[in-house]
Amino acid sequence: MLALQILIDGFAISALYALGATGFTLIFGVSGVLNLSHGAIMVAAAVAAWAASSTFGIGSYAGALVGIVTALVIALLTYFVVVQPIQRSRRIANEEKEIFVLTGTLLWGIMIQEAIAYFFTNNAKTVLPIVTGVVEILGVRTPRNQIFTALVCCLVIALLWLLVNRTKIGKAVLAASMNPRGVTLLGLELTNIYVVVWIIYGVLAGIAGVLLGMFLGVSSYSVGPLTASAFSIVVLGGLGSVSGSLIAAFVVGYLETVTAYMISPAYRTIPALLLLVTVMYLRPQGLLGRR
Amino acid sequence: MGLFTSRLFWIALLVIAFAATLPLYVSGYILGLLTVAFYFGVFAMSWDLLFGFAGEVNFGPTFLIGTGAYTAGIINNLYGVSPYICIFIGAMAAVVAGFILALPALRVRGPYFGLTTLVAVLMLQNFIVVFAELTGGEIGLTIPDVITINAGANYWLALGFMTVSGAVLYGLSQSPIGLVLQASGQDPVQAGALGFNIVKHKLFAFVVSAFFSGLSGALLVFYFGTASVGTVVDVAVGVNVIVAAVLGGRRTVIGAALGAVFLIVAGEFLRPTGELATFIVSAVALIVVLFFPGGFLGAAMSREART
Repeated sequence: MLALQILIDGFAISALYALGATGFTLIFGVSGVLNLSHGAIMVAAAVAAWAASSTFGIGSYAGALVGIVTALVIALLTYFVVVQPIQRSRRIANEEKEIFVLTGTLLWGIMIQEAIAYFFTNNAKTVLPIVTGVVEILGVRTPRNQIFTALVCCLVIALLWLLVNRTKIGKAVLAASMNPRGVTLLGLELTNIYVVVWIIYGVLAGIAGVLLGMFLGVSSYSVGPLTASAFSIVVLGGLGSVSGSLIAAFVVGYLETVTAYMISPAYRTIPALLLLVTVMYLRPQGLLGRR
Repeated sequence: MGLFTSRLFWIALLVIAFAATLPLYVSGYILGLLTVAFYFGVFAMSWDLLFGFAGEVNFGPTFLIGTGAYTAGIINNLYGVSPYICIFIGAMAAVVAGFILALPALRVRGPYFGLTTLVAVLMLQNFIVVFAELTGGEIGLTIPDVITINAGANYWLALGFMTVSGAVLYGLSQSPIGLVLQASGQDPVQAGALGFNIVKHKLFAFVVSAFFSGLSGALLVFYFGTASVGTVVDVAVGVNVIVAAVLGGRRTVIGAALGAVFLIVAGEFLRPTGELATFIVSAVALIVVLFFPGGFLGAAMSREART
């Protein structure tokens, strides 16, 4: 009974983690950018969906759409306002660009977080769920919303897989992650590929944020923990490896759920952090990472 | 450059001499603000030694600061020994923490190391919350003793401490050791090929950075009379340290202290704007990062070089 409960609860949270981390790792894999405003973008999507559906009363579907579009717009802004100027700057030495992108996106994330807190207060917000009610699975009472979350996450990840592996634009993205110079030699504009990746990222982060807002609720305080969890999942799986971060998301998701049920919710994040430190010492490139 | 170094020295001396006279005519409120800013300045300078010179991106300066601060606070709380001994033990604990932090740095590079340091902070934070009986948990640890309650004396202590730390760290960065560190940060293979022991130098940088961070953290909690996650451990505090160093100008050591004083004073000036204060400070910092990547001191120096 308890095992089944853990299995069901863990699956939904893991799927959500996986979706959140996929876009993050995709950007790193293709353009080498670690986007520290990730958590802020997810929260912005959830808050926008909340404001649109609850305050302006346009319904939960339209609200979710508003959330996703918000995330997409902010993601593109992140690229054009913060990341691209740093990458193109001549005054920053190449080996230092990484830390500048990190600092820049971090500051940008704080700005988004503070703007959300200013306009929508720090209170926790729960987005109006698209599906409601509970259903019994083998005697475990499960909210329908939880099943919906898990299904959407799996569906979106499957679509992403198709997009990357089966379409021309996806193959260009994949190629850019392997050999950027080779891609430019074939006549593809690298900037366009980056923009595509940021669009994919924005949509993924938006969906993940809105689902999170329906499932657990968000507040501007969730920004830091969200970025940190995406970060640790991605490192555990191997930076830039999408399949690695999918596996890692499930490892972390279940580890947290098991800890929360078996020991205490207060210790929820500790085993995952311990695992992360162990992996960093023994296999710094992560489970499926390339060096 | 020789002229500039000496000019920098005289300017620094003038500023410090002026700062030392402040307690004679400004209010205790401003002194208290600057006291915190000076300790913060030491955090930023220690961070700059690691990043600017050894090339190690330490996302967890608060791991070192927090270890020093909490160790000193806990020992004072449990055994009631004199603050000076507590502060010393706190600094030593931070050095041990620096050693632990240095281990992955010698194995992994770039973002991977940055992540390890971030995880170290999260672990420390969890540890503090879980062992709440010992550490005071989320409420914070009350520290029975203080060094002094005189605002002026506290101010002078902080100013003196920052001046000494700044002199030591700056001197170190300009010494042959600093040059080797800089070389190993930029190209470890080549620096190693020239016969320098990279591992030893980097360990040294970590230990020095940890020592000053821990010492400053311990002094700060004795000034506050309390240690809490929000003031010395939280990732946000670490972010502020990094922003201060980048704002002031990385690889300058002194600039980091300027950035820290600017951040804290600006935050206070913007207090009337309420919740927007952090937004404005972050926006200014982002603009500096985007348009003046050298920071305050970097911009001043390049102007100096041109004329």
